[in-house]
Parts: sequence; structure tokens; C-alpha cells
Amino acid sequence: MSLLAAKRLEKHYGNHVVLENLNFSVEPGEFVTLVGASGCGKTTFLKMLLGTEATSRGSLTLDDQPIPNEPGPDRGVVFQKYSVFPHLTVLGNVMIADELHSAKLLAKSFGAAKRRAVEKARSRIDEVGLDHALSKYPHELSGGMQQRLAIAQALMMRPRILLLDEPFGALDPGIRQDMHVLINRLWQEQQLTIFMITHDLKEAFELGTRLWVFDKTRHDPQAPEAYGATITYDLPISRDRPSAELKEALNQGGMKTHSQETLL
Amino acid sequence: MKRLINLAPSRGGRWLLGLLPFLLLAMLYLSLSNTRLAENPNDRLLPTPSTMASSFYHLATAENVRTGEVVLWTDTFASLERIVIGVGISALIGLMVGILNGGIPIIRAKLSPLVTVASLIPPMAILPILFIAFGTGEAAKIALIVIGVTPFLIRDLQGHALRLPDEQLIKAQTLGASSWQVLLRVLLPQLTPRLLNATRLALGTAWLFLIAAEAIAAQEGLGYRIFLVRRYLSMDVILPYVAWITLLAFLLDQLLAWVSRLAFPWYHSGEGDKS
Repeated sequence: MSLLAAKRLEKHYGNHVVLENLNFSVEPGEFVTLVGASGCGKTTFLKMLLGTEATSRGSLTLDDQPIPNEPGPDRGVVFQKYSVFPHLTVLGNVMIADELHSAKLLAKSFGAAKRRAVEKARSRIDEVGLDHALSKYPHELSGGMQQRLAIAQALMMRPRILLLDEPFGALDPGIRQDMHVLINRLWQEQQLTIFMITHDLKEAFELGTRLWVFDKTRHDPQAPEAYGATITYDLPISRDRPSAELKEALNQGGMKTHSQETLL
Repeated sequence: MKRLINLAPSRGGRWLLGLLPFLLLAMLYLSLSNTRLAENPNDRLLPTPSTMASSFYHLATAENVRTGEVVLWTDTFASLERIVIGVGISALIGLMVGILNGGIPIIRAKLSPLVTVASLIPPMAILPILFIAFGTGEAAKIALIVIGVTPFLIRDLQGHALRLPDEQLIKAQTLGASSWQVLLRVLLPQLTPRLLNATRLALGTAWLFLIAAEAIAAQEGLGYRIFLVRRYLSMDVILPYVAWITLLAFLLDQLLAWVSRLAFPWYHSGEGDKS
């Protein structure tokens, strides 16, 4: 049984077709990287997985059930920015997940429950290497540290699926490399299923076990909105094969589309 | 030569430059006052600072023979009580309705047009209704402040709640938050400093309504006193009272600013030291 599956999935806004004819099934533990030109519907797709955008036609199932139509704790998320709460410290940001879970009415724990939440949060914070900044507010952290915090926060509730929307897009290359190591480790340790949107093809090859290229297969110059994007390439990435070789394979496969011009 | 926009005065220089307009105004007043008093020593329109000081001292220390009350302090406490209660009630209503309106679309659809319309009613125009409904006691004055200030606070908070990034609301939900928990842990803490800020801006309006209500019907209060002594052209009382009200307003404003900086350091992170 696959974790997540789509059959002839479509998304339109009125007459504007954003996504069409999506068919896939994803097994638990896969690391899917999503690439494609800007505005081709990758983020819309992620929002459908989150539950903030409804599907227009076709089916999108999680454990063979239609995907819930609002966000829930089984699907964690890290956005490019605004992912953490500005009014909470590092510790507070990670603790809040536990507090929301254990204190339904006040959403704040006290006494022994609080000590447990702090302990749990601290071990999460240690994992992402922010143990020296427990009582700092997000605005006092660098971009990389904020994203580490967002990851720790998202993983606090042990989601099965982690959705990443260009999480490292705004970071320096050096810091990006550290983040790759971190996300790779967490993915393996916690047996997550990850969907990551990225603009960096190298990143997509380096991290993913499966690469999806979103692009339009049909164009109508008279009505550019009539056709949506779909997954034009669904490539398994084997970790031992160097990515350069794969890129060549892609080229030979005749990837003569818009995404090739923008990405490769 | 640097561009004008890049020329910033030093710290001490900023103080001096800030003081300069006050000094100029004071000198202007003194010269006008002197010319008038030179013509007619009994002129009441522009009294000398020493006359004002002695009148003010008298009001601040002399006990009323009959009641044993000191005029200035009775007035001050009466007015402060009204404005603090009025603004306090407004802030509470503003925060609650602002959060509900900003956070829950179904409630917003019902209440938002009402708030918009209500905020356009000139509160002074319905003051007679308040006097008829609540009598001329404290309730009518407090109601006027509440009616005048609350719609502004609600609209400000609602707007701010809607400007919070969607990402934060989505994030809270992926951490398992219910609607109530989102309001409590995401909206409430982020709107409270905004409320303090909006209240600071609304204080000026609140003072306006307070003085107006006191001028029309009151037995004591800063506004009442000013309008009472107007009959005798007692500028030596009016001017110090205006200065006193300004000082009180300034202190209230600074108190709110101080509380906000102390309790919500993260809210003020974006502010530079441009003052």
C-alpha cells in the first residue's frame, strides 16, 4: 500500500488550469524533490498536500483515504520564511507543539508537564544544533538558524510527511550545505517521507531519492491558461550514481522543454 | 558636502535642536505677554508665568473650606479615572472583537461591516443620546470614550490580524492546534503589543471625548474646570491646566510604550534608533 497516491489529479482556478493529469504513488520513506519553472504549480501542489488548497478533479489519497482538507499534525511543513513564531523564543517555538497537544484549553503547560515538554524540546533543539540559543527570539537568529528552528519545530510532533517549500532558497551556499547534511540525517533517523520544492537542481539530485519535474506538456499560444503543468519526468535517483551522469542522461532523454532552459 | 538626508545630529545636538522650538515659543509668549501687561497691568489674557504658577500652586494646595478637597487633585483623579476606565474597556472589547474578526472568517463576515459603519458615526453627535440613556453621571462620559475609541481599535487589530502571514496559521495547524488554540497562542500574543501601540494613538482621541463630555456635564474634572473658569477669562488657570493635561497625556503614552518594550521585546526588534 502506498502512502500517497494521485490519479488524474487536476487543479484549476476558474478557467485557469494550473495542474493536470498528475498520476503517482509515493511509498513511505521516499525523498521526493520537486523542480520546475516558477509559477508552474509546484507550490499549489504542496498546498494540496497540506490541505489548504482543494483538489479540483481526480483523487489524491493519503493511506487510501482522501487527503484531509485542512492542515494536520501528520504533515509537517517548513516554508522559505515566516515559518517560526516571532513572539516565541527558540525553546517556546519548539515546545508549543507539545503544549498544544497536552493542554487543550490553555495551550500552555505548567509544572511537571512543562518540565517534560522542555526536556523533549531541548533534545529536538540539540539535534538541529541550536542548544546555545534557547532563549533567543527568531529575529536574533540568522536565516540558517531560523530554518533549523523551523525544522526542529516541524519535527516535534513526529509527522509522517514533511513538506519543504524552498526551505534553503534564501541561505548562503555554505550554510545550505550544512542544512543538507542536517535534513539528510533527520530523514534517515526518523524515516520521514519528504517532499521538497527547490530551484537548485544540484540540491534536488543530492538530497532526493526521486525527482519530479513539473512542466506543461501542451501549449496553446491563443489561450496560455488552457493547459496546466504536470509531472513530465519522474526519475528515481540512485545515491551511488554521480549526479552529473544523471544530468547527461536527462539531456539524452531529450528534455527539450521549458524547464530545461530554466534549470539545466 | 553630504546630502541633507545623511546629515544626522549627534546625541546631544538632537536634544538641543529638539528644545529649540520650545524656547522660541516661550520667548514669543513672554514678549507678547509683556507688551500687553505694559499697556494694562490687569490684563487677563496673557498672564505672566509667575501669576500662572501662583494660581496653579493655589489650586494644587489650598483645601476647599467646605469639603476639604484640593481642586487640582480632585479634578485629576476624576479625569484619570474616567479615561483609564474608558480606554481600558475599549482596549478589552477591541482586543476580543479584533481577534475574533481577524481570526474567524464567519464572524468577520457578520461583524466587520457593522464595525466599519459604527466607526463612521461621529461620537459627539450621539452624546445627547448617551446623556438621555445613562444620565449625566460617570456612565455617559465613559460610554462616550468607549464609543469613540473602540471601533478604531477593532479595525486596527483586525487589519493587523489579517496581515499576519498565512504561513504562521498553517504552521500552527500542522502542529495540531485547534481554532481556539490558534487564537490563544498565535493571534493573542501577536496582537497584544499592537493593541498597546494602537491605544497610544487612540489616547489623544480619548482625551478629546473626555474633555468634551466634562465640559458639558460634570461636577469635577480637568475639562470641567477649564470650561468653568473660562467664564472669568482666567487664563492663569486655563493655561497651566492645559499644560498639566498635556503632561498627563504624555506620561500615559510613555507608560504604555514602556510596558510594550518591556513585555514584548520581539515586537520592537524592527525599530531602529531613529527618534
